Amino acid sequence: MTTLLEATGISRAFGGVQALNLCSLEVQKGSITGLIGPNGSGKTTLFNVMTGYVRPDQGSVFLGGTDITNERPDKVFALGIGRTFQLTRIFGRITVLENMLVATQREESWLRGLTRSMSSTSEVTSAMEWLDFVGIARLANLQAGALSFGQRKLLELAYVLVANPDVILLDEPAGGINLTLVNEIASKIRTLNKSGKTFLIVEHNMEFVMGLCDAVTVMHQGADLVTGTPSEVRANPLVLDAYLGGGEDDEEIEPEVSHG
Amino acid sequence: MLQRKNLLWLLALLVFGVYPLVVTNPTYTTIAVFTLIFMACTTSWNMFSGYSGYIALGSGVFYGVGAYTMALCSQHWHMAAGAAMFWLVPLGGLLATLIAVPVGWVVLRVRRHTFVVITIAVFFVAQLTAINVGFTGGTAGLSLPFITWGASYYNVPFYYVALAIVIFVTALSALVRRSRFGLQLLAIRDDEDRALGLGVKVSAVKLTGFTMSAFAIGMCGALYAMFIGQIYPQFVFDPLFDISIALMAFLGGLGTLVGPLLGALVLESLQQYLTVTYSNGSLYLILFGSLFLVVILFMPQGVVVALRDRITKKAEREREAVASNETTLMGSASP
Repeated sequence: MTTLLEATGISRAFGGVQALNLCSLEVQKGSITGLIGPNGSGKTTLFNVMTGYVRPDQGSVFLGGTDITNERPDKVFALGIGRTFQLTRIFGRITVLENMLVATQREESWLRGLTRSMSSTSEVTSAMEWLDFVGIARLANLQAGALSFGQRKLLELAYVLVANPDVILLDEPAGGINLTLVNEIASKIRTLNKSGKTFLIVEHNMEFVMGLCDAVTVMHQGADLVTGTPSEVRANPLVLDAYLGGGEDDEEIEPEVSHG
Repeated sequence: MLQRKNLLWLLALLVFGVYPLVVTNPTYTTIAVFTLIFMACTTSWNMFSGYSGYIALGSGVFYGVGAYTMALCSQHWHMAAGAAMFWLVPLGGLLATLIAVPVGWVVLRVRRHTFVVITIAVFFVAQLTAINVGFTGGTAGLSLPFITWGASYYNVPFYYVALAIVIFVTALSALVRRSRFGLQLLAIRDDEDRALGLGVKVSAVKLTGFTMSAFAIGMCGALYAMFIGQIYPQFVFDPLFDISIALMAFLGGLGTLVGPLLGALVLESLQQYLTVTYSNGSLYLILFGSLFLVVILFMPQGVVVALRDRITKKAEREREAVASNETTLMGSASP
């Protein structure tokens, strides 16, 4: 396997809080990698750094060997990293299908967008296929704000997929939804992974992570603590200490608006 | 076969097209010219602010730039008073668009309430500049070449030029709404950071929308100056202009195509009518203030959206009733 996404020595402080402290992470191509850790350990901040929402104080992010540190989120997306958010973020006042169409052309220039219609037939077809894949195609013409929380999670996954990114970062895909939907999402991720998609998943649901991931990295106090297979991680006493002894109850820090 | 919606558009076009031929009273055609100017301005303003959610209260800058372009160019180029001056209308729009680029570059760095406040600040900077620099004529204003068309005919050319601007800006707004660019503006309105993370070049999209909306507003400013014949900074850089067009868009339906047209049609014609009838230029402010309260309290999304929602809900109820009846009939028919 080759490394597709890599973060090396990332540090980031918010005022007096050191959210990330020389944190490193590798995601192998074609893998499902889990990123776990107690609340406030810096998982979401690392996601934000890797996707360009937060600039690191030091360290670098590489995608396929190319340095993408400090690139804007739109550029990161164009380069091939798609992500979802812990609290789903959809465009509530446009339809489900229009939500999908926002993301269909990840590398298109703004000038091209000015001169062409909202979508081509192939884009609509592709969008509908992905909506069908996640099981909400029947809701395509509904205003997205009317969707339930679970349906929003599925929509967010679908509009990241429609852009065909090389690696998909999922922030708590199983958070706040019922068991049936959790299993459904896990099944979708497995199917996509078999077709070659690479995933990096932040999740608190241990059963979900351990059953799905090829490799797991545990974060603690802003740094990577342990990396290994799910069974290796489960057996590591440092992990138990991190969860039971050293965890902080800080909330995850929201992404800053670092780019206009 | 034409759809019902297209028929309504055609009918509206027909009514507006024949209006000055049927109604020849100059008082009413004057009201109509002002109304059309505001319909164009509100639709153009909505094309950026309505679609993107960035409520700009400094568009009066572009109106003023358009007005001064008309006044200064017609003076300095010694233009003969008459229809040739209409050629300066698109020039007014063009200069307003050029001014909008640096203005947008500055004001679009901030969002939400800060954006609203900074656009107001930019507006007052422009107004004070117009009052204090020499070439604008200061508070004494500027006079344009005096057009000597007959009273019964005077308003008609202005009416049709204003109508052409309304048609142009409405078509442009419809095209924007159906374009990928328009979708990106709507995405920015709903969640700008998320749009950025899905590849939308938010800075470029916002600046393009902002400058595009300045074009028709600048044209309207130029047309207004030509229509009035004399301009003063305090009238063409009028803070009430922005409040009015924002209120018109809110009343009709922010972010919709028809809403701003409808809002401007109702409010501006009413305002002009009240001013003419009661000779009190400030009466409309009381009406606008009260209306604003009613709209915000009872129809925060505007009349068009409220009506559309009501119609949709009614249709859903009817569909459900039909489905329920069919189920009952099938149940009673089975042995």
